[in-house]
Amino acid sequence: MSSKEYLHIVTQDHIPVQKMRFGRVLIWGSAGIFFCLVFLQLLQQNGVADFKFSNWRPTLYAYGFWAICLCAAQVLMYGERGKRTLFVLPAVLFVISMVVFPLIFALGIAFSSWNLSSPDGRQFNGLDNVWEMWADPFYWNALKNMVWYILAIIPEYAIAFGLAILLNAQIRARKFFRVAFLMPLMLSPVAVSWMIGKSMLEIRFGPISRLARTLGWDNPSFFGSGEIARGMIMMMDAWTFIPFMMIMILAGLQAIPKELHEAAEVDGAPPWKRFWEITFPLMLPVSITAILIRIIFKLKLADIIINVTSGGPGGATDSVTSFIYREYRDRSNVGYGTFLAIVYLVIIVIFMTVLMKLADRWMKPRY
Amino acid sequence: MSKQIFFDSASDQAFKPKRFFGRFAIYLILLFWAFICLFPIYWTITTTFKAAPDVMKGNLIPWWDYQPKWLGLKSLGLSPNTIFVESTVREEFLKRFWNSAIASVGASTIAVLLGSCAAYGLSRFQYRFGFMRNSDISFFFLSQLILPPVVLALPFLVLYKELALLDTRVGLIALYTLTVLPIVIWIMRDQFSSIPTELEEAALVDGLSIWGAFLTIILPIALPGMVASFIISLVLTWNEYFFAALLTSSHAKTLPVMVASQTGSQGISWWSMAALSLAAILPLIVIAIILERYIIKGMAAGAVK
Repeated sequence: MSSKEYLHIVTQDHIPVQKMRFGRVLIWGSAGIFFCLVFLQLLQQNGVADFKFSNWRPTLYAYGFWAICLCAAQVLMYGERGKRTLFVLPAVLFVISMVVFPLIFALGIAFSSWNLSSPDGRQFNGLDNVWEMWADPFYWNALKNMVWYILAIIPEYAIAFGLAILLNAQIRARKFFRVAFLMPLMLSPVAVSWMIGKSMLEIRFGPISRLARTLGWDNPSFFGSGEIARGMIMMMDAWTFIPFMMIMILAGLQAIPKELHEAAEVDGAPPWKRFWEITFPLMLPVSITAILIRIIFKLKLADIIINVTSGGPGGATDSVTSFIYREYRDRSNVGYGTFLAIVYLVIIVIFMTVLMKLADRWMKPRY
Repeated sequence: MSKQIFFDSASDQAFKPKRFFGRFAIYLILLFWAFICLFPIYWTITTTFKAAPDVMKGNLIPWWDYQPKWLGLKSLGLSPNTIFVESTVREEFLKRFWNSAIASVGASTIAVLLGSCAAYGLSRFQYRFGFMRNSDISFFFLSQLILPPVVLALPFLVLYKELALLDTRVGLIALYTLTVLPIVIWIMRDQFSSIPTELEEAALVDGLSIWGAFLTIILPIALPGMVASFIISLVLTWNEYFFAALLTSSHAKTLPVMVASQTGSQGISWWSMAALSLAAILPLIVIAIILERYIIKGMAAGAVK
């Protein structure tokens, strides 16, 4: 979107000095209130004085007040330009306060041992968490599993592409098929893990086990061995997310001009060649976008694992998220869990940056 | 291609088995996949009305190989003979359902409001916040999508504890808004960039303020995009489990957490689990059937430039 058209507005603003000053007072005044409250509450927390605060809510309210004042002051101080800022400012403030502050806070927790259920509270323990992570085979195992889970996107993509091509063909009842294919995406992963993982894959009388037995697998066990269990998790996850890629690819397919295919057909290209020489290259940008988004969602995979196998057997199905979740549930160690999460975040950011750079290069058409 | 008018050779009028079988195969594959997509839902619906022996025998078709019973709905206090009777299970279930509804609708609404404004601003004006320009701000918003929930979960657990927001709907709504905001901005940016700027120019010349033009002229045009992003946010937040499992316990517990907690504790009481799962998925199934084109519009945003 490089050749984007912006709205060109010329406004004449005469901001009176008083208004300007009032705006500044509003911002700094409310910030002052906020900092005062933070100071008072810190005093109370360290036991210097008691102001009868039962929690940190007052600080939160002061922060909210400051945010509102900041927005209002934009209009007071900058007139029309301020009104334009007002479009983006609330969202920016919201995201910063919900992401940046907690992340900084998380960095603080990450280098400490903090068991929420123990009375000792938070204890700074330097690099202990690093050594613990280094020696934690289950964390590395979870990271290795994530690689498998991400590789599973390739067959998912192939299936989604195939279905999209079929849906793009001249067929009847297209709307029915589209709705039916979309359905798995609507379902809650928790419900899916019960519906499929716990009931349809039930060993004695789940319909899939029955089918497996008629097909000649005498004692079907879907979560007994590590590889099969991982495969099952992959399949369930694929089941819910194939529609997503399918819809994106279908949208891309329908944007390809028909003339290209007709021209190729007139030239006598066989269907297989038409696909590889026309459809696939033209779909490359859409495919890469779809795969990138799918990878982002895959990196968050946890719900199904937590509910179906809770990481078992022997950590074979653990994703990083489900591992940290159990780490917290079993040992309620916030410090170590946060450290693992931060390491995961760093890995993801590096991985995604490299991937996006590569994707950028691939998406450029080669002549 | 247009219809063939001239039939020059015999091959033109000959029966084309290849083409016929091709179509047959296409329908076969499509039906097969539709079966894969729909069977688990069918299984859940029928299991809701099965008694234990029916489950064990693997009966599949109601009225043909088993007689439907009200067991599943009865366990939630929703069957015909229990619906007017006082029932604690129903109270509990309705509370969870209501929590889920409030959290998802609230978060989606806030996300769509904040996100549409931000996306509009980013698609129309040039900003400079310090070193951040438009593309940087856009990237800042979209990069939140990469952030895995697990990074935020534990800090939020501690923060919410201090702020007395643990186990409240407000806390949940705030977090859910954060998780869907990038998606809303993604969809809405696409929507707004498809609306020509001449519209606002005309409105501004006619004397509307920029917010007036946005609210009265642009928003109504962008309504399909807003509906699309609202529904996609609704789907994501209604199904959200991870944050809800960590941050809620008794008061603000949502439906997915309730479903998940039942699987462990109750052993296998199939009909009641099926009924619960059904309740968790049914609202979205209805939405998917009615508003399918909006969902597709939302997901296709950004796919086609």
